[in-house]
Amino acid sequence: MRALLLGPWLRAARGLPRAPGSGHRHRGHGGHRPQGPLRKVSVEVLDHLEHLALVDFRDAEGVERLQKAIQFADQLHEVNTNGVEPMDSVLEDRCLYLREDDVTEGNCTKELLENAREKVEEYFVAPPGNIPLPKLEERETFLQGSQ
Amino acid sequence: AGRGRRRASGLTGVVVRPHSSRSAHLAPWVPVVGLEIHAQISSNSKLFSGSQVQFAAPPNSLVSFFDASLPGTLPVLNRRCVEAAVMTGLALNCSINKKSLFDRKHYFYADLPAGYQITQQRVPIAVNGSLSYSLCIDNKMSQMVTKTVRIKQIQLEQDSGKSLHDDTRSQTLVDLNRAGVGLMEVVMEPDMCCGEEAAAAVRELQLILQTLGSSQAVMAEGQLRVDANVSVHHPGEPYGVRTEVKNINSMRFLAKAIDYEIQRQIEELENGGTILNETRAFDSKLGCTVPMRDKEGQQDYRFMPEPNLPPLILYDAKSLPANMNHQQVINIDWIHERLPDLPSVKRKKLVEQYGILPEHSFTLLNEDGLAEFFESVVKQTQMKPKKVIGWILKDLLSYLKQHSLTVKESPVSSFLLADLLNLLEKKEISSTAAKQVLAELWKGEGKTPLEIVKEQKLELLQDQKELEQICQAVIDGHENEVMAIKAGNPKVLNKLIGLVQKKTQGRSNPVLVKQLLEKKLSG
Repeated sequence: MRALLLGPWLRAARGLPRAPGSGHRHRGHGGHRPQGPLRKVSVEVLDHLEHLALVDFRDAEGVERLQKAIQFADQLHEVNTNGVEPMDSVLEDRCLYLREDDVTEGNCTKELLENAREKVEEYFVAPPGNIPLPKLEERETFLQGSQ
Repeated sequence: AGRGRRRASGLTGVVVRPHSSRSAHLAPWVPVVGLEIHAQISSNSKLFSGSQVQFAAPPNSLVSFFDASLPGTLPVLNRRCVEAAVMTGLALNCSINKKSLFDRKHYFYADLPAGYQITQQRVPIAVNGSLSYSLCIDNKMSQMVTKTVRIKQIQLEQDSGKSLHDDTRSQTLVDLNRAGVGLMEVVMEPDMCCGEEAAAAVRELQLILQTLGSSQAVMAEGQLRVDANVSVHHPGEPYGVRTEVKNINSMRFLAKAIDYEIQRQIEELENGGTILNETRAFDSKLGCTVPMRDKEGQQDYRFMPEPNLPPLILYDAKSLPANMNHQQVINIDWIHERLPDLPSVKRKKLVEQYGILPEHSFTLLNEDGLAEFFESVVKQTQMKPKKVIGWILKDLLSYLKQHSLTVKESPVSSFLLADLLNLLEKKEISSTAAKQVLAELWKGEGKTPLEIVKEQKLELLQDQKELEQICQAVIDGHENEVMAIKAGNPKVLNKLIGLVQKKTQGRSNPVLVKQLLEKKLSG
């Protein structure tokens, strides 16, 4: 499973080796902001993110904020996790509740359609298929023209 | 190289000879086919919500707030769906994962209101199984070969809603009735080589699901959907680039679509082209595959664990927890003990119990209700099952097919057929007459076989003397034939038998007639 971190992406893009588990770089004591090399996020990655998540980084400040967030999260790599099972939810010890197979919901068409801006005979209306985000060259984004 | 669409050699012939005109020296092609099958779980309510599962209801009437992805709603797992997946996994010889996990698969589409589908990508509920299926060689039912396909995994996941494309108004209408219905995705490894094998494997899976009751698996209602992964390569070389073929709506189109795609890829490669790793849709009207519009490049689904669902834990007899509410516990062994006889077992039992041929057992199980009909007739008649099966598979089944009727809709009940076969068995009528009676019964006018026999005067002549007189008359009237028989050509006897039959209007027992004629001619 790919972690949410962009760290591996950037490493792959820049050919940097994975941070070794044994080489601890002690930093960031006492509420001090972490220092370290600020790795630039490439335009290709940013464009790909904008396509995938339909976000708009808007301007250079937005991108810088992203890069700082990545750098902050990268501190996680300082922890030696060899032989430790990843935890993906604090619920992992909870019991998954199983519901009986009874019909208890539905029949609220009117209520649901109240949220719809447009409707046709109790159907929701959507554009005809996905409208892909135009390619970088064709978009008006500040990313254009960046190196 | 011709542009014609020739069928892949299919069957046990794994290899397709290249058919380009300048290719006498080219190596043969090995087609490789894998399948991803989505089976809708047969349950009252959906996988993670309490709205109803039903085909054909007013749009958006079977939708809960969770299905519509309104903020603040959470998934609650349906016990019945888990049981269905465990049953299916056990029937397909899988290892059931006692701990499985749920994940989110993200993509944007109008019929996926949440923007993600809850599925099991990391650790699915069942893995590493197998499915055995049979094929007839050379399109005859006389020789069947058994093949196996490995089941990679079975996972639980949500179905999406339905999009109706309105091209005239350039919009899509969305109905979320199907959104959130439980699916079992069954992934079959690329162990198949052609459309025919794929169709046979899917047919067997369909029968298994229907026997288990975990899915009704009716393709026409979208309860069973198949996507095929197709590639070709030369023997000894690595696998070729694969394409995914979607939008296959029936068993018939499944084989066609796969075989078309195999041919398309071979032709493309033989013409020096390359195969793109793309998704293609099958166009049933044109009988070909076309690239799908909306799949722009590689999808990145950004899988992440479903944060609202803890791991799914299943138990067996050994690990059963002592102090837990029964309703919260799913015991794999308990389910295993209660599995019904699978189609392969049923077929074996039919062959052993009734002495019918294996290929007969396949036909019996292939038609809904036919095996039960057969057994019911056998119970009610003295005729041997080996003879009854002929009437079921040749006469009854062909009538049903001609009139597009199911066994349940048959105007001839098992009781009536058994009654008819008893008359035949007691030699009160000939088998030709029996066929006539069946044709009359088919009209469904409520007459019994005996009534029809009397009406149409079909009883076998019981008067030996009368029969002898008729035989003698035929002999007297056909000197040439008599001489031929006496000269050592016994086959001509059949002509005389036929003539006697004609004179008696089919009311003579051919065996008896033959005996009488032979006796007279030897004298």
